[in-house]
Amino acid sequence: MTLDLAQFHETFFAESFEALDSMESALLKLSAGDADSELVNTIFRVAHSIKGGSATFGFSDIAAFTHTLETLLDQMRSGKRRVDATLVDTLLRSGDVMREMLGATQQKQPTDKARVAALHAEIEKIMATPAAAAALPASAHGAAPVPAAPAHTPDADARSGWRIQFAPGPKLLRHGNDPARLLRELATLGPCVVRVDAKFIPPLVDLDPEVCRFTWSIELQAPVKEAAIRSVFDWVEGECELSLEAFGAAATVPEAAPAAATASSVTPPIPHLQEEPRAAEATAVPTASVAPPAGGATTGAASTDGGSIRVGIEKIDELLNSVGELVITQSVLSQLAAPLTGHDAEELRNALGQLERHMRSLQESVMRVRMLPISVVFNRFPRLVRDLGQRLGKKIELRLLGEATELDKTVLEKIGDPLVHLVRNAIDHGIETPEARLASGKSAHGFIELNAYHKGGNVVVEVTDDGGGLRRERILAKARERGLVGPEEELSEERIFNLIFAPGFSTADVVSDVSGRGVGMDVVKRNINELGGHVQIHSSAGKGSTVRIRLPLTLAILDGQLARVGSEVYVVPIVSIVETIQVRQELVSSIGARAQVFRLRDDYLPIVRLYDLFGVEPQHTDLLDGLLMIVEADGNRVGLFVDELMSQQQVVIKSLESNFRPVVGLQGATMLGDGRVALILDIPGVIARFQSQEARRKSAQRAA
Amino acid sequence: MIGLEKIHGNDSDDNRQFLTFRLAGEEYGVGILSVQEIRGWSAVTAIPHAPQWLLGVINLRGVVVPIIDLRVRLGFQRVETSDSTVVIILNVNARVVGVVVDAVSDVITLSGSQIKPPPSLGHHANTSHIIGFGTLDDRMRILLDVERLLAATDLAVASPILQE
Repeated sequence: MTLDLAQFHETFFAESFEALDSMESALLKLSAGDADSELVNTIFRVAHSIKGGSATFGFSDIAAFTHTLETLLDQMRSGKRRVDATLVDTLLRSGDVMREMLGATQQKQPTDKARVAALHAEIEKIMATPAAAAALPASAHGAAPVPAAPAHTPDADARSGWRIQFAPGPKLLRHGNDPARLLRELATLGPCVVRVDAKFIPPLVDLDPEVCRFTWSIELQAPVKEAAIRSVFDWVEGECELSLEAFGAAATVPEAAPAAATASSVTPPIPHLQEEPRAAEATAVPTASVAPPAGGATTGAASTDGGSIRVGIEKIDELLNSVGELVITQSVLSQLAAPLTGHDAEELRNALGQLERHMRSLQESVMRVRMLPISVVFNRFPRLVRDLGQRLGKKIELRLLGEATELDKTVLEKIGDPLVHLVRNAIDHGIETPEARLASGKSAHGFIELNAYHKGGNVVVEVTDDGGGLRRERILAKARERGLVGPEEELSEERIFNLIFAPGFSTADVVSDVSGRGVGMDVVKRNINELGGHVQIHSSAGKGSTVRIRLPLTLAILDGQLARVGSEVYVVPIVSIVETIQVRQELVSSIGARAQVFRLRDDYLPIVRLYDLFGVEPQHTDLLDGLLMIVEADGNRVGLFVDELMSQQQVVIKSLESNFRPVVGLQGATMLGDGRVALILDIPGVIARFQSQEARRKSAQRAA
Repeated sequence: MIGLEKIHGNDSDDNRQFLTFRLAGEEYGVGILSVQEIRGWSAVTAIPHAPQWLLGVINLRGVVVPIIDLRVRLGFQRVETSDSTVVIILNVNARVVGVVVDAVSDVITLSGSQIKPPPSLGHHANTSHIIGFGTLDDRMRILLDVERLLAATDLAVASPILQE
């Protein structure tokens, strides 16, 4: 059977990148000297599966590098090497290199061989130094590990060999494992005497060629470590019965037992390995009954990754589309049923009411499919804070709260960069140096907190630091210097803080490679506004700052106010609406022949007649007959004149571009309950369009 | 396809099927593979400041589909739409667009030799969106190049329609 492995490449890359992320977070949790077995195991598993995958796909340089790394990790796992800061650092960098190598391979670019080689050498150097840990006395006089193959390092006190019973489970072959390959690999550890037991082979009529009925007993005549043998069988863990028994010197050495006990507390697979000999003895038939402990272990492992499946986003969108159509059909049915009378009609309406509730919950469930926990984004911060803190000589503790808060995938993808920027800023400008902190009576450790929570149909993400806070005098002075604020102008605190979102604004004295160039905060604000979100800053001098970002739960749905102009219905995003008022004559003043302004308390707002702007036939042209919606975008406020307001509702946003092209002033379209298309206004675009129309009008007047 | 080969005595590779429709007294054809469906007229939502030939957009099972008045697009007089107006939904390069025609006629199969390239009409008419003229049973059909036609309607151009 020929198999095009290339089709699995993308999955391999995607999974590897995820695995590297989890390896990184495990590494960051590893504190010096503390070999938390579960963490070390997680890291080891990542390296192991990437090694296996890349070897399978023929990415030999990744496989070679990962193999060396795995060897080092194996020393950690077996407690032979103590975890210290340098080691964690090297491992973190190894993760980076692996990510780069994977990325380069994915893009079919050459890898940075020099960098890989340098790190490779570094790891080998670490391994060449005698392991510091004394967890196993054996390692004290253990020979220096041979690079590239130290997993096979013989322990000096020499167990002289292992008796291995290997009975493949019924699914082993189906899962693509080949016992012969395992045996060949085992043979690389030392001379093997392999005996195959064919007594379980059924008569030919009952023979299922996809089930391996052979069992093997192997005598491995080499004093290798138990872990080395087990790593051969890693891929078939839970799919076979495996028992290991040391013989010769090993069996008589008293410390072998305690060593095994230590090991079992380090690595979870060992308990079931210890169970298995018993299971193997008890069940002489190695067929359908996989050893229960092994089976249990597999199920346990599966349930920890949540039993998730990968689904293309377009499939979900398709589903969402169909559900949207169902909602429309259902509302058409309800409208048809409304005028009916009689007993049957009542029952029909009840049934339709039930249908509506089911539809709503179906729609919600489908929306939830697109939601991911914000931890996907938060995960990158421990590393970032650690690296940056180290570089700047600041001690920073990061606290992540509300990691399980769910957000739409598209929102998540776009919120990452702004958050990174805010956190970098907080570290660079917010948190002071340990000396300065101590001097001002704070703890030497700075605090950065990322918090995400739901609030009224929105998700709020806060970045809080307990640093020096924003210096409002300084910001104001800089803003005056740059002419953003008039010399006499007094500003509210909120408006002063908002100045830092102006393009190119920076109060940093020194431009560092981290921040201070003044690019960024404007981008942060723009990105967030593009997502339909808001940014707010709270800060008090000496105590720290909080940047609060409010985001919509999803980009696929928008809270809209329906407004009618003539026979057309438009959707105005509720986020853009300040208020809606009925106009009184005395508040309107005309400037020239056409332009009109409206006095709202202390402000004068231009009036935008939507029918004029969009060229539709209105019901009312007199301002007194219709309504004025005060809308705001980018600090500009205008009064939007419409005939009447209709209901408020959540609408599903459909793009105009996909079959047409973008239109200034419209952010998309949606389907109304009656199946018609309603256009969704883009308030910044509407205002821009209005302004350019006014400008043209003026220049036309001047020309005339 | 064997039957068709017999009828036209031609290699089946050379045969192309067209959906024909009537428009301002002429018969036109579009490649059958670009036709997604045929539906009756339903009310459109007008797009502000759209060109004359764009009637608006409709909701086609959750997809926003622009509807083009092919009469206006080809330079004929506009005719008021009615319940008998027919919309051909075309799907070209994953872009879904509806065109309004007077009536749908038939599906015909033409061989390569039955399709004649358009003559050069000089400055009098732009023929770039015409594949050629197909003759079957002594009647001539103008075969439209849907891809070019839709590209020529500027649909594919990214520049916003309202950008001045």
